[in-house]
Amino acid sequence: MALRELASLEKYLGLKKPNKYSTQGDKKVPVLQNNNAPPLVGLVTIACHLVKEAKRSELLGCGAEARAVVQQWLEYRVTKLDGHAKEDIKTILKDLNLYLQDKVYLAGNQFTLADVLMYYGIHSIILDLAVQEKEQYMNVTRWFDHIQHHPGVRHHLPPVAVLRNRLYTSRHH
Amino acid sequence: MMELFVSEGNPHCLKVLAALEVTGVQCGVHFINHEEKVVPFLSRPALPALLLPSKQHIFSSNTICRYLFELNGPESSDQCNQWLEWEATVLQPALLRALHMAVLQGKGSEVSKVLQSPLNVLDQSLGKGNMSYLTGKDVSVADIVLWGALHPVLFNSSLALSDHKFVKAWFDRVAAMSGCQSAAQKVLQGKGLEAMKSYMQRQPAPQSRDTQPCNSSPVESEEGERVVSEEEMEAAALTWRKDINACSQTTEKQHPIMPKEGMRNVLITSALPYVNNVPHLGNIIGCVLSADVFSRYGRLRGWNVLFVCGTDEYGTATENKAREEGLTPKQICDKYHAVHSSIYRWFQIDFDFFGRTTTEKQTEIAQDIFWRLQKNGFLVEDTVEQLRCENCQRFLADRFVEGICPHCSYPEARGDQCDKCGRLINAVELREPQCKVCKQTPVIRSSKHLFLDLPKLETQLEQWLEKSTSSGDWTANAKQITRSWLRDGLKPRCITRDLQWGTPVPHPDFKEKVFYVWFDAPIGYLSITANYTSDWEKWWKNPHQVELYNFMAKDNVPFHSVVFPCSLLGAQDNYTLVNHLVATEYLNYEDTKFSKSRGVGVFGDMAKDTGIPSDVWRFYLLYVRPEGQDSAFSWADMALKNNSELLNNLGNFINRAGMFVTKFFGGCVPEMELQQEDKKLLAVVGWELQQYIQLMDKVKIRDALKHILNISRHGNQYIQVNEPWKKIKGGESERRRAGTVTGVSVNISCLLSVMLLPYMPAVSQTIRDQLNAPQSCINTMLLGPGSFVCALRAGHRIGTVSPLFQKLEADQIEALKKRFGGQQITASSQQPAVVPAPPAVAEVKTGVGADPEKAKQLAKAVAEQGDKVRALKSQKAEKDVIAAEVSKLLDLKKQLALAEGKSPEPAAQKGKKK
Repeated sequence: MALRELASLEKYLGLKKPNKYSTQGDKKVPVLQNNNAPPLVGLVTIACHLVKEAKRSELLGCGAEARAVVQQWLEYRVTKLDGHAKEDIKTILKDLNLYLQDKVYLAGNQFTLADVLMYYGIHSIILDLAVQEKEQYMNVTRWFDHIQHHPGVRHHLPPVAVLRNRLYTSRHH
Repeated sequence: MMELFVSEGNPHCLKVLAALEVTGVQCGVHFINHEEKVVPFLSRPALPALLLPSKQHIFSSNTICRYLFELNGPESSDQCNQWLEWEATVLQPALLRALHMAVLQGKGSEVSKVLQSPLNVLDQSLGKGNMSYLTGKDVSVADIVLWGALHPVLFNSSLALSDHKFVKAWFDRVAAMSGCQSAAQKVLQGKGLEAMKSYMQRQPAPQSRDTQPCNSSPVESEEGERVVSEEEMEAAALTWRKDINACSQTTEKQHPIMPKEGMRNVLITSALPYVNNVPHLGNIIGCVLSADVFSRYGRLRGWNVLFVCGTDEYGTATENKAREEGLTPKQICDKYHAVHSSIYRWFQIDFDFFGRTTTEKQTEIAQDIFWRLQKNGFLVEDTVEQLRCENCQRFLADRFVEGICPHCSYPEARGDQCDKCGRLINAVELREPQCKVCKQTPVIRSSKHLFLDLPKLETQLEQWLEKSTSSGDWTANAKQITRSWLRDGLKPRCITRDLQWGTPVPHPDFKEKVFYVWFDAPIGYLSITANYTSDWEKWWKNPHQVELYNFMAKDNVPFHSVVFPCSLLGAQDNYTLVNHLVATEYLNYEDTKFSKSRGVGVFGDMAKDTGIPSDVWRFYLLYVRPEGQDSAFSWADMALKNNSELLNNLGNFINRAGMFVTKFFGGCVPEMELQQEDKKLLAVVGWELQQYIQLMDKVKIRDALKHILNISRHGNQYIQVNEPWKKIKGGESERRRAGTVTGVSVNISCLLSVMLLPYMPAVSQTIRDQLNAPQSCINTMLLGPGSFVCALRAGHRIGTVSPLFQKLEADQIEALKKRFGGQQITASSQQPAVVPAPPAVAEVKTGVGADPEKAKQLAKAVAEQGDKVRALKSQKAEKDVIAAEVSKLLDLKKQLALAEGKSPEPAAQKGKKK
């Protein structure tokens, strides 16, 4: 899963030569194999590295404060979103919904790596929401729809119809 | 200005305070309560939290630390980031467990075990570069964060670090920094672990093992994965190799089935459906379907099973219906008995005998029991006040009176029982009684009747109940209803009625009367068996050899647990009494009640007209079986379960497994060389099989079904992970691997077909036909504790594989929901003229073209054409040939929609969508 995410991110960043990856342990933590440096371990670490490699550091936030906000959500992705318990889903959505109330992107008005990785991480949750729930978490839905249509981001994931019908979650279509 | 919010005893605050001291950043620090909410958008308190000058909140300690370091220095390096991510995702979960043990459970000694693995990682890394700090020769944010995280468990030497000397040297080096010392003092106040107690108590208890990330596929990880031991794997592999033919072969059923010495003889009854009601789905799941599943299962278990049922035909309701239709009661019964039979046949209810209560045998046996009760002094005579409707010129049978329940004041209590409180009622006790037919108030008249003396039998009954409920499998509701009955004290119950259509009372003083239906009806079980075999007494007067299961909905419980057992106990003829009383709760229809009169709900005879196969109906009804609590039938849910569980889970797995054999191995099961992973799967599947058997033995039909679906879920994951379709294109060893995975999968399909047999008999058989599986596998796998054996050995040639299930489309389901939502009767009612108002026009219009006969033919044609198209597609026929047939199919569908009275638009829309 994480590897597919990284492959999609590479495509988004327009990195020409693909990197070599492997995984580590039961949780399949991604490992970036580097020829002339020790391997890098961890989704966020690798993603940040790729962004710098692509010379797109604006995606990590401009200025120390914005960088902190981006890092905050990247950390949230790997600590709270990954491995969430089922009963946490509502809390996650509720909190994010409130947070996104007055924001276009996670870091305010700028699209960043936080949006990409949070989008990848939350995709399966959104996929399973009924329309009523999508309405309930309107800000999350709006942000999600926005990101999935951001050019070049979606790649390995199926698009989620934000409003379709009232009976099923999108997974079963 | 920035503000930092921290709380005492919170280990995460240690990190940020140390980072603040070490970097010297200016920042206001506020010590607040653990539970205080600082970050406005988070539901749960999150400390530490940093309020940035831009008024944004940062709420995780590592990001705060990193920010503080970056304010005065360079951006953190990849190495640094990596340690921070490792700390948050690997070290923290382990630390949380360790602290939970040490602080809350006083098991400090076990901490080192929990932390062993992350400390090894840390030690190796520090040792490798021979560096002073984690990322080089200078202190970085990584050192502060890891030190802060580890301080609570490492600072006192109770946790020996002798195995981790590099960690020890590093830790002491960082701990010596004054910033760290002062942070530790502020947060822990020199109190050590004790200081963290109140913080830890507020944290959710950690999982005993790492939780599986469930975001990849939430459906699949509904229940966490079980840990499988080596022994279980070896045992599973051993079972797998067992010879299928070595197991005993049971022969085909041979009628009449008789109890056999040395076998488990199981007599199964399902509550007798009342003849002049067409059963609805709730009736079907409540008795006949549940009993059918259990008896099919019992046969697979190698029990000697007899399953009997029949229509309950006597009573006023039949008399009335006959009057309405201008037929004799007998003719009514003949007519409706046939209706019932055909419905149950369609639902594949495999009765050994489906009889009826209006037979010679019934009279014979009922009168015999009557005389025995009379002889033994359990009948008493009394004059009864009875309700008579002067307007209708007759005594009112219980079900023809309605009124207010004398016990709970429910306004629509029936004359014999209150649906609300479940108590039985003597009709004259009803408050404000009403004749159900003419709504007049009936008058009370006296008449002489016979009573079963329940109080006299109470002690005997209680002794028997004590034994039966403790040794048998009575559902909780059955026990509870029975208990409440006894608690209220038993009263004599009238067993005679002033009617004609019934079993005549043989006593000369009661010539004009018949037996009350609830004295009479359960005797139907005996008489129906007597019509099946003249040796019926070997089942019914043989409690030592026979185990009796009664299936019913909960409203029938008192008659089976109190009234009927009392009749049999009083008759003193060594009758077989119920050992296991299995009662369901109620099934609702889309959150309302089934109602024939309102036309709400699906009735047995309509199910087949939906075009949804009988097996799918069975599956869904069993999936929502009201086991333990009421449940509801819902169209949307049915479509969902069909599409997600049957099509995408079960059907998908079985089809893939079979297709791999066909496509990659020329239709022959390949050689299988089991590796650890395969053995693990065998163990997991074996475990699910055992759960299934344990639950089914206890008649937990709905719960057991989940374990079947779990197996195919495991199977799908197994295929997904091993990707045989890729490996088959690889080298020799990869191809062998593809073979093993395919072979194991197809054998799981075989097991699934057996486990499914009680639930979906037709699909079960189809699977075995497709796999060309030996019938003997049916008699092997469910015996004893259950054994998953390799029934399809290498070289076995399978049959033709094709999809088992079809998708239920949203528009199809919407149409059905509309059709059965209510008033479907009016569409075909005899008074189409009375449709005046414009709002009704739309409805009328759709009803106009409706032609059920034509619809039936068209449905068949659509199905056939569909098969044809699928066949062409699978044969990879010419594109335009397929296109021509598809357009024919679409045309037929359109005609069908019209004939069903639906507007054909939805289908057209669907075409556009795709």
